[in-house]
Amino acid sequence: MSMEEKQNFQIFQDFSGSILKPTKEKEISEIIKECYKKNIPLEILGLGTKKSIGRNFQFEKTLDLSHYSGIIDYKPEELYIKVKSGTPIKDIRNEIEKNNQHLAFEPIDFGYLFSGKNDEGTIGGVMSCNFAGSRRFKAGSIRDHILGFKGINGRGEVIKSGGTVVKNVTGYDLSKILSGSFGTLAVLSEITIKVLPKPESNKTLFINNPHLKKGLDYLNISLSSSSDPSGAVFYPENFRSFFTFNDLTFSGPITAIRIEGSTSSIDHRIKKLTNELKVTSDEIVVLSKDQSDIFWEDTRNLKVFSKLKENLIRIVIPPSEAFETLNKLKDFDAKYFVDWGGSLIWLQLDSINTKMLKDIKTIVKTASGYLTIIKIEENLKASIDVFTVDPVKHDISEKIKRSFDPKRILNPGKMYIGI
Amino acid sequence: MTSLQMPKVQKSTLLNREKIINDLGKILKFENILKHEDEIRPYETDALTAYRQKPLIVVLPETVKEVSNILKYCNENKIRVVPRGAGTGLTGGSLPLEDCVLLGMGKFNKILEVDYKNKCVVAQPCVTNLAITHAVQNNNFYYAPDPSSQIACSIGGNVASNSGGVHSLKYGATTNNLLGIQVVLMDGTTVRFGGKTLDSEGYDFLGLMTGSEGLLGVITEVIVKILKTPENVKAALVGFPSIEDAGKCVSEIIAEGIIPAGMEIMDKALTKATNDFSKAGYPTDAEAMMIIELDGTESEVSELIQKVESIAKKNKCSSIKINKSKEERLKFWAGRKAAFPACGVLAPDYMCMDGSIPRGKLAEVLKEITRLSKKYNLPVANAFHAGDGNLHPLIMFDANNKESLRKTEEFGAEILKYCVKVGGALTGEHGVGIEKRELMCEAFNNNDIQQQVKIKTALDPKSLLNPGKVYPILRKCAEEGRVHVHGGKTKFPDIPRF
Repeated sequence: MSMEEKQNFQIFQDFSGSILKPTKEKEISEIIKECYKKNIPLEILGLGTKKSIGRNFQFEKTLDLSHYSGIIDYKPEELYIKVKSGTPIKDIRNEIEKNNQHLAFEPIDFGYLFSGKNDEGTIGGVMSCNFAGSRRFKAGSIRDHILGFKGINGRGEVIKSGGTVVKNVTGYDLSKILSGSFGTLAVLSEITIKVLPKPESNKTLFINNPHLKKGLDYLNISLSSSSDPSGAVFYPENFRSFFTFNDLTFSGPITAIRIEGSTSSIDHRIKKLTNELKVTSDEIVVLSKDQSDIFWEDTRNLKVFSKLKENLIRIVIPPSEAFETLNKLKDFDAKYFVDWGGSLIWLQLDSINTKMLKDIKTIVKTASGYLTIIKIEENLKASIDVFTVDPVKHDISEKIKRSFDPKRILNPGKMYIGI
Repeated sequence: MTSLQMPKVQKSTLLNREKIINDLGKILKFENILKHEDEIRPYETDALTAYRQKPLIVVLPETVKEVSNILKYCNENKIRVVPRGAGTGLTGGSLPLEDCVLLGMGKFNKILEVDYKNKCVVAQPCVTNLAITHAVQNNNFYYAPDPSSQIACSIGGNVASNSGGVHSLKYGATTNNLLGIQVVLMDGTTVRFGGKTLDSEGYDFLGLMTGSEGLLGVITEVIVKILKTPENVKAALVGFPSIEDAGKCVSEIIAEGIIPAGMEIMDKALTKATNDFSKAGYPTDAEAMMIIELDGTESEVSELIQKVESIAKKNKCSSIKINKSKEERLKFWAGRKAAFPACGVLAPDYMCMDGSIPRGKLAEVLKEITRLSKKYNLPVANAFHAGDGNLHPLIMFDANNKESLRKTEEFGAEILKYCVKVGGALTGEHGVGIEKRELMCEAFNNNDIQQQVKIKTALDPKSLLNPGKVYPILRKCAEEGRVHVHGGKTKFPDIPRF
């Protein structure tokens, strides 16, 4: 038996199971080639922490990338880290923290929501879902931090785009189209991410304010301020009990603005921002670094939705539409909190039906925004659209899908029916 | 014109010229169809002036509906279309084809909306990059990407080429500052990607379109993010006894957790040339000169500039000056921004390369460039956006000497190949166009290129939109083209290039 035959034999052996756990890029490619040949639909998984986001779909085998893990190259001075796609975010974080660096996009940790404990999953999953945290308006989303990738398309061909440098305009920027594509275009194998210096310190300004409208105004003014905030959220009163900090003496809703940077500049900037917001010292408290870190970690973890049994919707709208939209959503007996300075709404609904969903979609669409269903009762999942898409974009999405995955074997139907 | 293979001319299109003009006359005003040679000539080239080709005709639509109808008509009749913004591109991305309808977007030149609440500007594609900042600067906002041609280049062209600027490390390129676009596809479909929101639903078509060099669609509207003008900006002008020391200083600044707004390095040849040209007060005895610019809040900048100063000193800097006034800071930059014209004085011609390299490889790459300079017996000066790793070697030569031109082209290609070899990229901000088309296989293999071509044909199955650009026609490696400047005269001599 030649080496090649031996290899093929090996892959064939592995191929018989329903869960395939490749450890080499070549194996991923061989598996997909085989599935392409035999029309076998695949489910693509990392650690499965975000598995339930998206539509349910039919597949014959699972391609589990959790064994394709490890750091390939980390160059702190070049501000990048290249990793295998199945590498847990936790491992990346631990490595880059040694050099006081971080992932500025603060990926949302869905672990609390789905299983009640911290679990961010893999970098491949984070890139495929593209859900950034509170620093979004300042630092960009995950897609803005992907410098390059290697992946395997639906024909089993290894493809790459980008590289390790920040400035690169050679060919189409495929890192963008793969970010947020939920594994439907290609299976990621290597990802190069931009890393950035961790801010030296941070503090959070809390404003004692009972009103949503005023809270949103505060967030908006902050984002237009030269004080350069890096987080701006509003939690209504019903979530207040989730946050206990020694320095947080107010009751009622939380209007919180994070200021990061060099220690000496933070106090100056908070003072400046306080003046711009026209709030007095009685109306504010400032959380020290330790407490501030916990607050933003809790926000990133969606702590207020820990082990949520009900439904969760993620709504993105222009900040100018936030108040009006939330006002309209009041009728649905929903709980919510606002992030990204008014541009992101997390909406919790105790019960839901297709009519309600349709109405909510209309409200969001009227506000020139879109929604993504993060969690919903299983019986409804088959009958609703998890992702918003209009017919023209659906048609374009289908064409792009076909250019990567002509036989629709990679997560088929995960995003849209027929794609 | 140097010979360059372009898609085979469709004779039937040439023969049908009169019919096409008549048909298009039903779509847009006759006065917006340019057909006489003297009307068409201004469109025969962009800023890569070594290549010239008159199009079949030029159309100047005024509405999105017209753009859509023109593309639909051309698609149905298999007529090639080359879109064009301000025509300041450096890589021949809007070089016409003999049988193409050149779609000039010049009449789309209005800012449609300034929206402070959502911190964005809605503009038509031929609004200049700088006009966006001008529209909002009275309220202390600005648009961050600042390509050197910003007084003339169009925002739609910026999207098509994902333009950068000297502040890309901190603020990103166009793709990171773009919220939405309206695009017309080759079949006439008009569609919006993104909007006034930070994220957009479904596949990131906004990201795919950005930097696609006019191959996937024609941009008819742009929504960009605007940022608050930094409260304070400080710059340090630093001289180093060696390139290695300057490189170490860059690495150490980043290791200290400082992300400057801009870091620019010039080698000794360029420092001397620019200083002679613009009297910027540069340390001409230094082997490398660096401008480090920091922006942010008053307190932060004051603190960080001190840190930068001590890092520079630790790395054996031979001189350091920190600006005391805005005028002084602008003077630091004036010399740097005059780097290209300064080279025009040193030699009859120069060619500007645009490679990207890992910051830490600067000394190695410059050493290689020096070696190649000796090998080809051609002088070279180097400007480097050290913050984001974008290297612009300027090769000086005499185009009247054919051998000198041939050697320069070979030299340039060797530099770009070396950039790729050390882990960099063929182009950092100028794009591929026709200039680097044949070098694409240095960076990509067949699978990579085929995947990209499949995306192209998914949206434009007949390959009618800007064909012959970006992807090699025969997928062979060759050495040709670069930004070639003769007698200091670029296509836009008044636009700074850095």
